[in-house]
Amino acid sequence: MSILIDRKTRLLVQGISGNEGIYHTQQMVAYSTNVVAGVTPRKGGEWVLDGKIPVFDSVKLAAEATGANASVIFVPARFAPDAMFEAADAELPLVICITEGIPAQDMMRVQTYLGIKGVRLVGPNCPGILSPGKAKAGIIPGDIVGRGNVGVVSRSGTLTYEVLYALKRAGLGVSTCVGIGGDAIHGMNFMDVLSLFEADPHTDRMVLIGEIGGCEEEDAAEFIAREITKPVVAFVAGQTAPPGKRMGHAGAIIEQGQGTAREKIRAFLAAGVRVANHVEEIPEVLTAVVEKE
Amino acid sequence: MKIHEYQCKQIFSRCRIPIPRGQVAVTASEAKHITEELGGRAVIKAQVLVGGRGRAGGIRLAKSPEESEELATNILAMDIKGLPVHKVLVEEAVNIEKEIYLGITNDRRAKMPVMIVSSEGGANIEEIASQSPEKIFKVLVHPLLGLRDYQARDLAADIDLPRILWRSFIEIARGLWETYVENDATLAEINPLVISNDQHLLALDGKMEIDENALFRHSNLADLRDLDVEDPAEVEARKYGLSYVKLDGNIGCMVNGAGLAMATMDMIKLHGGTPANFLDVGGGASAEKVAAAFRIILSDLNIRAVLINIFGGITRCDEVARGILSAIADVQPSVPMVVRFVGTNAAQGLQMIAEARMETAETLGEAARKSVALAAGG
Repeated sequence: MSILIDRKTRLLVQGISGNEGIYHTQQMVAYSTNVVAGVTPRKGGEWVLDGKIPVFDSVKLAAEATGANASVIFVPARFAPDAMFEAADAELPLVICITEGIPAQDMMRVQTYLGIKGVRLVGPNCPGILSPGKAKAGIIPGDIVGRGNVGVVSRSGTLTYEVLYALKRAGLGVSTCVGIGGDAIHGMNFMDVLSLFEADPHTDRMVLIGEIGGCEEEDAAEFIAREITKPVVAFVAGQTAPPGKRMGHAGAIIEQGQGTAREKIRAFLAAGVRVANHVEEIPEVLTAVVEKE
Repeated sequence: MKIHEYQCKQIFSRCRIPIPRGQVAVTASEAKHITEELGGRAVIKAQVLVGGRGRAGGIRLAKSPEESEELATNILAMDIKGLPVHKVLVEEAVNIEKEIYLGITNDRRAKMPVMIVSSEGGANIEEIASQSPEKIFKVLVHPLLGLRDYQARDLAADIDLPRILWRSFIEIARGLWETYVENDATLAEINPLVISNDQHLLALDGKMEIDENALFRHSNLADLRDLDVEDPAEVEARKYGLSYVKLDGNIGCMVNGAGLAMATMDMIKLHGGTPANFLDVGGGASAEKVAAAFRIILSDLNIRAVLINIFGGITRCDEVARGILSAIADVQPSVPMVVRFVGTNAAQGLQMIAEARMETAETLGEAARKSVALAAGG
């Protein structure tokens, strides 16, 4: 099994006609993802990928015609908030936004609205989701991941690939990999994804890849101690990064000194989560954790 | 992106937040003239984007136009924490009864804006926040509804603001919300917001940070960028859409992706070396962009080795190789380099650089170990 996407996912691509949209649609289809439709305003009626995928003018029309139940967004930053509102209003339950560079205030409005509508948002500024052997919604290279029982959740893009690659070389397969995105304001967080992995019978352990900034890792650590019974291994990037650009007094007040790699690692250790010292150590720590159980 | 106090105050004023009378001066004689217009007394404030201006002598009270001229001469010749003072704000001196803090920023956890107030504003606000958190009050603002009057009123009550000032406080809180929304700020703060001797509220100092991602719809704000606060190499990097931060180590790093760049720097440290920079070439980087990145890394004279770690996805390793080769032909660097390519077109990329006498590595650990040894002269 997997979480969020699988063979039953009927994926729609918003921004399918752009360079990135079409390239990654090809990749997703090559990975046997069921891509049922594309949306590009003013290109409704056209077909892409040798007539395999119909293009619609709106998400609503596309969803009505094809029964799409998830959308992946490759729309430029200034149009992406609208694309997310549109997907939510077309009642799609899952939206994955790959686009980077979306203003934070737009994301707060989008996130609040999608929350009210009960829509799950992954991203933005993320590599998307990959359920090995089943489906991919996003840009994670399919050939660096094997099928297995490790659930992976990450705030990074290429760092996630590095971890997947290390897992594959160690012979460890993945149930689902979810890139939740690196922006300050984003949709699903570590806790949301970890609880899905906890409930997934085919995930037996998890890897959490965090980085400096914010307090999501600290929150996840507390959550793991309280709610998660399956083993979790964490890695935090940015131990050598200089103190981030502080957001004036108000930022310091909100974060109360949280946000450094040291703080995050301390929080994980305090919660009984094993922490890998470097990326390539993750498979080893993961194996050790399972053997101990 | 931070903007100057005088720029904040101009924005505040457009949003009906009362500010002291005053004007910006770039010369001492202008300062003198403004002081005369203000009635002969004024505060001269250095306009630099660092904290602690007051302690550094960058904020002074002039009791006469002549003194104003003299103080402005001194302040305009100052460097505060390495930043030159090009402008001073000349403002009427306000008799202060009490200092308050009022700010608004993004609450990452709540995914909503948060308005923050404290009855004790001023330079020590961070100390107050950590030592007496009970003196700090916050309210989340619904991004689709905006700040409601009752929320501002509650904040006024929280800090025991005299009721006679509530109406004016609500007006200022609304103005600050408007400032924050209309300018895509990630931070807008008034510190201190003062109660003057004659019982008026006044924004004595202001600070704003603008969301870099939103500058496309605020060309007027983009023009306010102060390049003095930025490292020239960082400014150059931004032109190419690169994210670069100079550090004080000696191993230059070029990586695609911020998280991977940090993990690469961590790996260097773990092997006993020190990274010279953070550099993210971004996704799908062209050869031109890579060449620019490479030149920027090499412009740092402390560099003893360069580590290139590319995990190809959207980014193609052969394209990166092309960029590296063109930059090498251009700059003729003398420092040794370690290259690691994985993913899209890695084999082609490695083949292209085979003749450039670079070390290669299969794993990140190996790449870090080799670059540390090379930087140490091994």
